[in-house]
Amino acid sequence: MKKIIHITVLLVASLTLVSCFQKDKPNYQYFPQMYISPSYETYGEYELFPNQMEAMTPPENTIPRGWKPFDYKNTFEDRARAKDELKNPLSISSKNLDNGKKMYDLYCAVCHGAKGDGQGILVKREKFLGVPSYADRDITEGSTYYTIMYGLNTMGSHASQTNEKERWQITMYVQKLRANLKGEEFPPKTTSEEEVTNAENNPVVEANNQH
Amino acid sequence: MKKVNYRNLSSCFSFLLLALLLTFSATTFAQGDPAAGEKLFKSNCAACHKLDKKAVGPALRGVSEKYDTEWLHDWIRDSQALIKSGDAKAKQIFEDYNKSVMTSFPQLSNEDIDNILAYTDQPKPEPKQTEASSTTVTANNDAGVTNTIILVALTMVFLLLVVLLYLVNKTLRNIAVANGVDYEGKEEGVSLCKAFVKNQFLLLVSAIVLLLVSAYLMFAYFMQVGVDQGYQPVQPIHYSHKIHAGDNKIDCNYCHSSARRSKTSGVPSLNVCMNCHKNISEVAEDTGNEEYSKEFYDAEIAKLYDAVGWDAENMQYTGETKPVKWIRIHNLPDFVYFNHSQHVTVAGIECQKCHGQVEEMEIMEQFAPLTMGWCINCHKETNIKLKDNKYYEKIHKELSKKYGIEKLTAAEMGGLECGKCHY
Repeated sequence: MKKIIHITVLLVASLTLVSCFQKDKPNYQYFPQMYISPSYETYGEYELFPNQMEAMTPPENTIPRGWKPFDYKNTFEDRARAKDELKNPLSISSKNLDNGKKMYDLYCAVCHGAKGDGQGILVKREKFLGVPSYADRDITEGSTYYTIMYGLNTMGSHASQTNEKERWQITMYVQKLRANLKGEEFPPKTTSEEEVTNAENNPVVEANNQH
Repeated sequence: MKKVNYRNLSSCFSFLLLALLLTFSATTFAQGDPAAGEKLFKSNCAACHKLDKKAVGPALRGVSEKYDTEWLHDWIRDSQALIKSGDAKAKQIFEDYNKSVMTSFPQLSNEDIDNILAYTDQPKPEPKQTEASSTTVTANNDAGVTNTIILVALTMVFLLLVVLLYLVNKTLRNIAVANGVDYEGKEEGVSLCKAFVKNQFLLLVSAIVLLLVSAYLMFAYFMQVGVDQGYQPVQPIHYSHKIHAGDNKIDCNYCHSSARRSKTSGVPSLNVCMNCHKNISEVAEDTGNEEYSKEFYDAEIAKLYDAVGWDAENMQYTGETKPVKWIRIHNLPDFVYFNHSQHVTVAGIECQKCHGQVEEMEIMEQFAPLTMGWCINCHKETNIKLKDNKYYEKIHKELSKKYGIEKLTAAEMGGLECGKCHY
């Protein structure tokens, strides 16, 4: 009889021990007050904040440190204005282009394709359709930057994932990809104005054939 | 018409229907090649239009019934010109869709547009999934049924054996009693126990073994306190890293963009989800699997819409947002400092090194123990990455001269100093 009692006690004890290792619950900690300090942690949940969310968007009319105000609103008119006016403040250099490529591959290539031909993996897998090749669209560096800021049609804004410099570097790299697709030189030899207008006059089909 | 191989009746039927429609309504319907149209539609229109669902622009199935072909030609080539010319219908659409400007397609010929219209006029294919799902359900049921049958049969056999054994035992005992054999059998056990207690050497050895084993178990138990390796909580929204990072090969940094430049690798805010899910409101047919159905995944996307306040019907934000209470998995104690950007950007370490093959995880779990020993081990083993990394160039040169080694590890660069992580 005693044996049976011993065995059951052992069984229960080992079962309770085993049941401690639940996958969906965190483990015990030695001194929890050392693990969790009273200060607010990133993504914490605290009464103080609206919705108890520590992660908040910046208040309106403020910009994060290191940002510059963007003087274009998300309207059709401002899009046209940005397309003509906005110019890349960075000079074309291999350093800028390298980082532009890095950022492009992270954020853009899934849809727009590594070459900018609109054949990213999400397009090939038919998750997104109708992503145009950069060569088929009349884009300037201003419109590219503006589109990264605000998105266009199905594309969302990528302003929260990149900073200003990175966006301009991506823009520069997109210009390069577009020139490559059209079989042009990058950076353009002549003044950029002429080059752009020339590019516009090229029929799209021809540009595609060239590549 | 093009010849295509049909695998099942329903699509065959729908094609017949289409053929009928095309032949009897040649005047109202644009004549064209739907296959060529599909290609054009997918490469030009599908960015903003879906066939049966409102997207950026209206749903396009049967659009040629609503507008006449000539008007559509003009609209598709240059919608803005049509609006400016004062066309009432064009103005109406422009107003209805938040004044978003449709891209002009001057490169499309009349024939191209007719092909596209032929494609959009195709009747909606009858849902195949009812058939498919019912067959899978029965298949699953079949598997379940065979399993239970086998189980029941096994239990029956087992019970039969028990009964047989009991019966045999009983008859043998009866025979023994009938033959006058003295039947007894209890003494052995008790004597063995007593013998064990009397044998002091055996007692000592077993006591030592028992102590060692329990000490080992205790040690193992205490060592894992505070270690959450394998922690796999149920998140408020079932987000599959396998689908996003594995199947669709979206880079980790796309969503966790702050890992590049900040201490914390950010939990993406919902606007990042909406970059894609504005367009993807339901998963593809083949995304659903045996464990998680398409309906399950669609419901999870609906949860996202609910939290971010997205009205999928009208394609706009309602402004009513709710926090998503993600459960944090990787959590270092507050007395240790860890910086993601230092490891991701400066050291160029792959995310997988610490987080495991996340792209294969349907449910995210903690891969590494995240103990101090684990950190130190890696610092001892890992060489400083110098290629394309000018950050450590100078100090590496000086230190390697001092130590007389060519390649320095993170530990030799000071990666073992207490104050690097604890202060």
